[in-house]
Amino acid sequence: MAEIKNYTMNFGPQHPSAHGVLRLVLELDGEVIERADPHIGLLHRGTEKLAEHKTYLQSLPYMDRLDYVSMMCNEHAYVMAIEKLLALEVPLRAQYIRVMFDEITRVMNHLLWLGAHALDIGAMTVFLYAFREREDLMDVYEAVSGARLHAAYYRPGGVYRDLPDSMPLYQASKIHNAKAVKKMNENREGSLLDFMEDFTTRFPTCVDEYETLLTDNRIWKQRTVGIGVVTPERALALGFSGPMLRGSGIVWDLRKKQPYEVYDRIDFDIPVGVEGDCYDRYLVRVEEMRQSNRIIKQCISWLRQNPGPVIVNNFKVAPPKRESMKQNMEELIHHFKLFTEGMHVPPGEAYAAVEHPKGEFGIYVISDGANKPYRLKIRAPGFAHIAALDEMARGHMIADVVAIIGTQDIVFGEVDR
Amino acid sequence: MAANLNLLTTNLNAIFANRIVSLENMLGELTLVVSAVDMLEVLTRLRDDPDLRFEQMMDLCGVDYFTYGSDICEGGAYLKSDIAPDAYPSRFAVVYHLLSLTHNIRLRVRVFAVDDDLPILSSVVNIWPCANWYEREAFDLYGIVFTDHPDLRRLLTDYGFVGNPFRKDFPLSGHVEMRYDPEQQRVIYQPVSIEPRELVPRIIREEHYGGLK
Repeated sequence: MAEIKNYTMNFGPQHPSAHGVLRLVLELDGEVIERADPHIGLLHRGTEKLAEHKTYLQSLPYMDRLDYVSMMCNEHAYVMAIEKLLALEVPLRAQYIRVMFDEITRVMNHLLWLGAHALDIGAMTVFLYAFREREDLMDVYEAVSGARLHAAYYRPGGVYRDLPDSMPLYQASKIHNAKAVKKMNENREGSLLDFMEDFTTRFPTCVDEYETLLTDNRIWKQRTVGIGVVTPERALALGFSGPMLRGSGIVWDLRKKQPYEVYDRIDFDIPVGVEGDCYDRYLVRVEEMRQSNRIIKQCISWLRQNPGPVIVNNFKVAPPKRESMKQNMEELIHHFKLFTEGMHVPPGEAYAAVEHPKGEFGIYVISDGANKPYRLKIRAPGFAHIAALDEMARGHMIADVVAIIGTQDIVFGEVDR
Repeated sequence: MAANLNLLTTNLNAIFANRIVSLENMLGELTLVVSAVDMLEVLTRLRDDPDLRFEQMMDLCGVDYFTYGSDICEGGAYLKSDIAPDAYPSRFAVVYHLLSLTHNIRLRVRVFAVDDDLPILSSVVNIWPCANWYEREAFDLYGIVFTDHPDLRRLLTDYGFVGNPFRKDFPLSGHVEMRYDPEQQRVIYQPVSIEPRELVPRIIREEHYGGLK
C-alpha cells in the first residue's frame, strides 16, 4: 500500500474562488485540512497612511475603494466619525437618504455575495439572476452620484446633492430597437424615487426566485449544512460581527442596539440563525435582503413627503451653492478655502461604527486640530472573519474551504486596506 | 447611553481605583488609560467582571504620537517641531476598542509602550483570540512587539519588507520601488525615483476656527 503523507498546498493568490487576492497555505492530510494559513496583504495600499496625508474631503473617495461592493456604507462610517468630532447636526432628509442608500447598498452587497457564493459551490444560474437586479441598483447609484460604483456621495454634514427628478434612459441602438427601448424605459420615466418604488414592489418576487433555486436544493444543502459551524461563544471571542455573528444565534445589530441616523424611527426585524453553519448564514442574509426592502419602502414614503436641505449650511464644512458662489465674494472664498485647505477638525478622537452588510465597520479618527487626520484606523469586518478561517476550516475538506470563504463574504479591499 | 456611561465610569473607578492612569468621557465615548504593567490584569477583569463584561474586542490599533500637533514636514514625513508640546508620555500606544454586548456599551482602552526605541506590550491573545491578527498588524506597521504572541509575523506588507511603514518618520513614498529588469529577467528593488511632494500642506488653526465647536 502506498504511504500517505501530509502535504502543503498553495491556494491562490489567483484563484477564482478566493474572491480576490488571497493566498492560502493549506496543510493537508489526504483531502482533510489540518491547518490553513491565510496570507493577506496582496492588495494592501496603505489607505490609512494615505489618509494622514490628505484632507478630510480628499480621503473620502478612498472609502469607496475599501469594500468595493458596499461603497456607501464605508463612506457612512467615515463621515459619521468626522461629524462626531465636529458635533455636526445632519439634516433629517439627509439622514433618510443615507439610510435608504445604506440599505440599497446592503441589497447590492448581498446580491453579489449570493451570486458569487452559489457560483463557487456550483450553481451558475443564481449569479445571472442576482446581477439582473443588482444592475438596477447600480443605475440608482449612477443617477444620484454619477458613478456606478465609487460614488463619493456622502459628505461630512449630509449628502452631496438631493435625489434627482429623472432616471437615465436607455437609447435605441443596433441591439435594441425603439420599441424594445420603450419597454425597457417603462419604469424609468419618473423620478429616482418612482424607480425605487417600482423596484421594491418587484424585488420580493426576485428573492423568492433565488430561494426557489437554493433553499430546498439538495446539492446546496449538502454543501452548506453543517459546514463551518461556529458556536456563539467562539463567534464572540473571534470578534465576529454582522451576519456571521447573527448566523450563530446572537441577536446583535447596531441598527437596533446602537441606532444611528434614523434607524430608530424605522420598523424592521433582525433575522438570527440557530446552528451557526454556512446554511444558516445564507438564510440570514437572504432575510436581510427582504428586511432591507422594507426599510427602503419606508424611506421612500418619508422622502416623498418631506423636502428639505440635504447638507448642513456651514461653509467651513460644506461648499456653498454654486449660483451664490458665482456672485458673492464671501462664498467664493469659502469655496476656495474648503477645497484647497480643507476643513479643520477639532482635536480629539472618535470611533464611529455602522452596521455594514458584512458586519461592524468602524472608523477611528485621531485629530490634532489640523486639516488632515492624525491617525485613521479602519475596522474592517472581513479582517476578523478571515483571521478565523483557520479555525473554521480545520477538519473540513478542500472543497469546503471554498464554501467557508464564500460564507464569510470576504472582499480584499477592506481586509488589506 | 449617557446614563450607561456614568454607571460604567463609577464601576471602573470602583473596580480599578489606583490602577487608572486617566479616565475621560469625550464626545460620549469613554477612554481609559492604563499602564503597560497593569494592562493584562485590567483587560482580563474588563472581560470577566459581571459589571463590565466586555466580551468582544472590536479593534486594536497602534498609534505613533511622534509628531502629534506638529505641521513641519520634510520629504513627505512629518517631523517633530520644537514648539509642539509633548502631549503624550511616550511615542507608541496601542488602542483597544472593546464592546460589551451584555451592557450594550463601548470602551476605549489606551496603553502606552514605555520604551520609544523598542516598544513592547503584552499580548492579549489569551483574553480575546481575535487579537492575534490585529497584533500582527500593529507589529508589522508600527514595530510594536507583543510578548507571548503565538505567531508574531508580518501580515500586510510584502515578503521581506524592511521598516515599519505607518511610523511617522517613514515617508509616504517608501524607500524602495519595484520594477521588472529585462537584463536580469526578474523583478528587482531599487531606491525610489519619485520626489517627495506635498500637495496640501498640513495646517493647524487656532481653536474654534470658523466658529466650529
